[in-house]
Amino acid sequence: MKFMLFVCADAAVVDNDSDGPGADEPMPWADELDAAGIRLDGDQLRPPRDATTVRVRGGEVLLGDGPFAETKEVIVGYDVIDCADLDEAIAIAARHPVAQFGLLEIRPFYG
Amino acid sequence: MSVDVDAVVAATFRSEWSRVVATLIRVTGDWDLAEECAQDAFAQALARWSVDGVPGRPGAWIVTTARNRAVDRLRRRSVESAKLRQIAVVAEPVADDDPGGVADDRLRLLFTCCHPALSLEARVALTLRTVAGLSTAEVARGCLVSEATMAKRLVRAKGKIRNARIPYRMPSADQLPTRTSGVLAVLYLLFNEGYAATSGADRVRVDLCGEAIRLARLLARLMPGEPEPRGLLALMLLHHSRRDARTDATGGLVTLEEQDRTRWRRADIDEGVAVLESALDHGSVGPYQLQALIAACHATAETARSTDWAGIARLYRRLAVVLPSPVVALNHAVAVAMSEGPAAGLTLVEELAADGGLVGYHLLPATRADLLRRLGRHAEAAAEYLSAIELADTDDVRDFLRRRLTDLTP
Repeated sequence: MKFMLFVCADAAVVDNDSDGPGADEPMPWADELDAAGIRLDGDQLRPPRDATTVRVRGGEVLLGDGPFAETKEVIVGYDVIDCADLDEAIAIAARHPVAQFGLLEIRPFYG
Repeated sequence: MSVDVDAVVAATFRSEWSRVVATLIRVTGDWDLAEECAQDAFAQALARWSVDGVPGRPGAWIVTTARNRAVDRLRRRSVESAKLRQIAVVAEPVADDDPGGVADDRLRLLFTCCHPALSLEARVALTLRTVAGLSTAEVARGCLVSEATMAKRLVRAKGKIRNARIPYRMPSADQLPTRTSGVLAVLYLLFNEGYAATSGADRVRVDLCGEAIRLARLLARLMPGEPEPRGLLALMLLHHSRRDARTDATGGLVTLEEQDRTRWRRADIDEGVAVLESALDHGSVGPYQLQALIAACHATAETARSTDWAGIARLYRRLAVVLPSPVVALNHAVAVAMSEGPAAGLTLVEELAADGGLVGYHLLPATRADLLRRLGRHAEAAAEYLSAIELADTDDVRDFLRRRLTDLTP
């Protein structure tokens, strides 16, 4: 089963960096899961001011320039993992360093 | 034949429902199918047992009938190879006397229904419907929503289990302690819902206290190595022992102090104390055991006056360490007031009020009012009773507070 982990953190933490906060820091969490074949993909995202949302209403394509939701916490990265069920995904997400101060939203893929 | 078939079916339903549903969910992976087949089996039992007589082992009859029903339904539904394999698994009879496997199924069911990825109201609804076997209409009455709302809630909860891949198994060892607390919290919530609604306009509600005790009993039996489920069971039994004395002839609330202790149910108290002692033997005292110890102090006191209030105050201090909460602190203040006098209690209550953690909670002004009344400061007490009446959320409590207010001599 494939799960998407949305990595969320306070906007203030990530707003000032240009290359992504801690981009060069070692990430044993990711290395371990990559080696085990559990993490399929993952990266950091540019801050929400660079985000575009796309909606189609009545056949018209509507673009937005902000994050998808107006909250203090924003999506700063994502990881795609492959594991058996939600409990395994929760255990893996709980080990992500950002879980300590931000949050991860787990969303199963269709199919 | 003089056997009351309805009564036998009802008793079998109570003892076997969760077992049948839990096993069918495991082997079919289909919650709706499991519930429908279990229901069909009991409906058939009602029809057949009055004609053919009650079978020697009613539980085994139900399991076999429900299982056959599931095989029929799956066979009719599809001929895909995957389904056929599933049929083979379902059709394979498990040993009914395999307590480990059966026990595991019911635990799996309970832990899945109480999974933290589900909303709290979904957990409560699923536990009542799927584990306790209440009908959707009964669950709706228990949760004070319409049957249509409850039906939708249950469908959505089962959809979430399926789509979010909530697993049908026991949590891993490192997740088990917090998840067990989660299950206990759901059961205690059920109990408290029932406890708050034993009289007045809410009398139509189903017996949530009885259901919660039944589920706690089951959990305690299935997790013999864990003392807290037994702590919770003891706590519920000790509270429930007072059910006949908690209200007067007109349905008004009677305080613990003023209750007729001869109306407390001895059998519940004895069982509660015995269950608590066996939990304490483990030597790891959690919050439910501490609360049960407090309840036991009350339940075993001959009179309100002879209650060991100093002991209760000590227990609340221990509870505040493992379960820090302003409500626990308020109860501690009450125990201190009883053992050391209302002035000492009032000092603690004022500190709590200053912390602001109990804003909007009617028991804060109600406690303050009671202590002020005991200190003879009646004008201040009256003002506090009025704030408490404003904040109270049930008619029972409002009526009780109004009576207290009128009893104040100016």
